Amino acid sequence: MLTKRIIPCLDVRDGKVVKGINFVGIKEVGDPVELAAEYDRQGADELIFLDITATSDDRNTMVDMVERTAKQVFIPFTVGGGIRSIEDIRKMLLAGADKVSLNSSALKNPDLIRQGAEMFGSQCIVLAVDAKKREDGTGWDAYLAGGRINTHKDVIEWVKEAEKLGAGEILLTSMDADGTLQGFDLELTQAVRNAVNVPVIASGGCGKLEDFYDVLKEDTADAALAASLFHYGTLSVGEVKDYLKEKGIHAR
Amino acid sequence: MIGIIDYGMGNLHSVQNACTHLGLESLISENPEQLRKCDKLILPGVGAFGDLMKNLKKTGLDQFVLDEVGKNKKPMLGICLGMQALFESSEENGHQLGLGFLKGEVIPMKGYDIRIPEIGWNDLVIRSSHPLKDKLSANPFAYYDHSYFVSGFDPDDLIAYSQYGPYLVPGIVGRDNVVGTQFHPEKSGKDGLKILEWFAKEFNNDHSSSN
Repeated sequence: MLTKRIIPCLDVRDGKVVKGINFVGIKEVGDPVELAAEYDRQGADELIFLDITATSDDRNTMVDMVERTAKQVFIPFTVGGGIRSIEDIRKMLLAGADKVSLNSSALKNPDLIRQGAEMFGSQCIVLAVDAKKREDGTGWDAYLAGGRINTHKDVIEWVKEAEKLGAGEILLTSMDADGTLQGFDLELTQAVRNAVNVPVIASGGCGKLEDFYDVLKEDTADAALAASLFHYGTLSVGEVKDYLKEKGIHAR
Repeated sequence: MIGIIDYGMGNLHSVQNACTHLGLESLISENPEQLRKCDKLILPGVGAFGDLMKNLKKTGLDQFVLDEVGKNKKPMLGICLGMQALFESSEENGHQLGLGFLKGEVIPMKGYDIRIPEIGWNDLVIRSSHPLKDKLSANPFAYYDHSYFVSGFDPDDLIAYSQYGPYLVPGIVGRDNVVGTQFHPEKSGKDGLKILEWFAKEFNNDHSSSN
C-alpha cells in the first residue's frame, strides 16, 4: 500500500540553504547536501529545493548544488524556482534532480507543462500553485512571482488544465495558511484533490503534529510539505512519521 | 564494470551516482563496443515507452541489447521504463513492441479510487525463496513513479510486488540473466542500494564472464 509522504522543503540562495537551522552540528546557513543527508536519515520521503533568488546568474550555482546532492542522497528530490524553459528543466534533470516544479513560468506559458511532460514524462513535472482565497469567498486565485501578483486565474480550473497538459503532481501552497502555524488549509486541499486525479502535496500552515494527521488522513492529501517547522527543529521528520503511524496512517 | 546504456533519455547519472556510492565501477555509454566489454548492463529509463524504443532503434542499441543480452546472456537490469522495455509490448501511445525478453505487456493504470501516476513509497513484498528476502530490511519500501504497469506476466518471473489500489504491481521481475525493477532502486534509500548491490555483485554471476 502506498504511504503518505512527508517532504521537507529547503529554501536555497547562492547554493546555501537559508532560514535558521537547528540541527546539531550544522550551521545556521546550511550546506544543502549536509541538510539533505540529515533529512534522509530522519526518514524524509522526498526533498524539495526551492531557489528563492531564481535569477539566471544563480543557475550554475543551483546546478552545482543539485549535482553534489545527487551524489550523496538516494531519495527523490525536486528542484523549483526560476525554471522557465525546456532547457532549464533538462539541466536540472541531467544534474540529478528527479522532478522540477513549475509555478510562474507555467502560469505565463502553460504549454511549458505539455512540452516538459512530453519530453521528460509527467512523473517529473510538478505544478506548484500559490493559492489565495478570493475576498468574496467564491474560490481561490492563483498567484505568481512568489505570491506577489494575482493572475485572477481560478485555482480549480488551473489545476484541471495543468493535469490535462501533463502535470504529474500538484504542489499546493495556501497563501492564507502559510506562516500561521494554524494547520493546513483543508478546504482548499480537499477542493483541489477532488478536482484532479494526480497526487496532491499540501503546503503551508502546519505548526504541530496533529496538523499533519488532519491533512493526510483518509483522502485529503497524498503528501505534506513543511519548511520552518523542520528547519527550526520544532519537530523532526521522524517524530512526524512516528506520530502518523501511531494514528494508523500508512507511512514509511 | 557495469555499463549504463545511454540512449539519450533516462536518469543515467542517478544510477551512476548510486553505483559510485556503492564502490561499483560503472560507465555511461552509447557505444556498443564499450558496452560489450562490461560485465553487466543497466537499462535505465524515464519518459515514454515509444521514445525509448525509438531511441534504442535509432542508435542501433536495440540490436546490441538483443545480441548481448538475448543471445550472449549478459546480465542486465532494467529500471522503471527500462524494466517495462524488457516485456513484449506496451500500450503507451499506441501499441509498441518491446525487447521481448519477458512475457507480458505494459498497460495503463486506470481508476478513480487511486491517484495516477503512482508516486511515492510502497511496501515491497518479496518472494520468500528469493535471496533478496534476507538482504533487505524486514518491511522494505520502494519508491515508485509510474502510470503504466506490467500485466500478463509469467508468475514464475515475479520476484517482488507492491499493491496499488486494485493492482498487483510487479516490483521486481526476472528470468535467467534479465532482471527489472518498476521502482527506482537508486532512489529507494538503503534497501534500494542493496538491490543494486545484489545485481552488481551476485545476480547471475555464472554468465557474466561468458565472453
